[in-house]
Amino acid sequence: MTLKEMKEILNAEVLVGGEYLDSEVRDAFAADLLSDVLAFAKEGTLLITGITNPQVIRTAEMLELMGIVFVRGKRPDGDAIKLAQMKKVPLLSTRYIMFETCGRLFKNGVKGCIEKVENGRAEA
Amino acid sequence: MAEQKHNEHLLELACPVEGGDFIHAGEVASKIKKTLKEIGVSQEVVRRTAIATYEAEMNVVCYARRGKFYLTITPDRLKIVVQDEGQGIEDIELAMKEGYSTASPQIREMGFGAGMGLPNIKKNVDQLQITSVVGEGTRLEMDIFTQC
Repeated sequence: MTLKEMKEILNAEVLVGGEYLDSEVRDAFAADLLSDVLAFAKEGTLLITGITNPQVIRTAEMLELMGIVFVRGKRPDGDAIKLAQMKKVPLLSTRYIMFETCGRLFKNGVKGCIEKVENGRAEA
Repeated sequence: MAEQKHNEHLLELACPVEGGDFIHAGEVASKIKKTLKEIGVSQEVVRRTAIATYEAEMNVVCYARRGKFYLTITPDRLKIVVQDEGQGIEDIELAMKEGYSTASPQIREMGFGAGMGLPNIKKNVDQLQITSVVGEGTRLEMDIFTQC
């Protein structure tokens, strides 16, 4: 699905990157631990998280993630928004909790960027 | 800011990092990533280097007073040396264990400090050497081979 379709499914607000709404959401990773995101998220993955500090944008930049959805109605502050604009990282905010967000996206065909972790390593 | 010079190596870069500066945390990793992309290093190497450098930079910001990153690019490898002034690591073997952490609640609140940083660095580089003197600082040497 596209970011635009995702926005509708999640009843989300676009905070940054309205011009990238045609981008395809291929797969996703969800976590509130940036260390886990850095260890397991893949390039081009959508990140679902409740972390809103500038480090989450940096993490997206380093991994070349395709965008971030903030759950539980969370919104990043000005520094993080500015950084996302500069780094061209689309940001959306939804009031759904993380479980609901993941479930709704999964039901609509978005898969996990990895399925399992074994001994600290990603398993396809 | 960063100094850049060309000599016997293809490229050298030195960047300072301030401990506790969470606003600028990640700028050095960002700069190194951009530099590698510009000179045409493979995407896979750029990605691994970016992750390892960012984790190392967060370590300096979270745990040290200040640090300096040195990037050297030679025909067969990238070398990143991180030298910090800070508390040092008492037991390196323990610090390398997944899940072991000395992070403060503030660091954990930010989404870090889960004891994954050093193991994740190790996973992304080809060679990692850590030396540390308690009360003085830590030195990380990371090598990433660019040719198979």
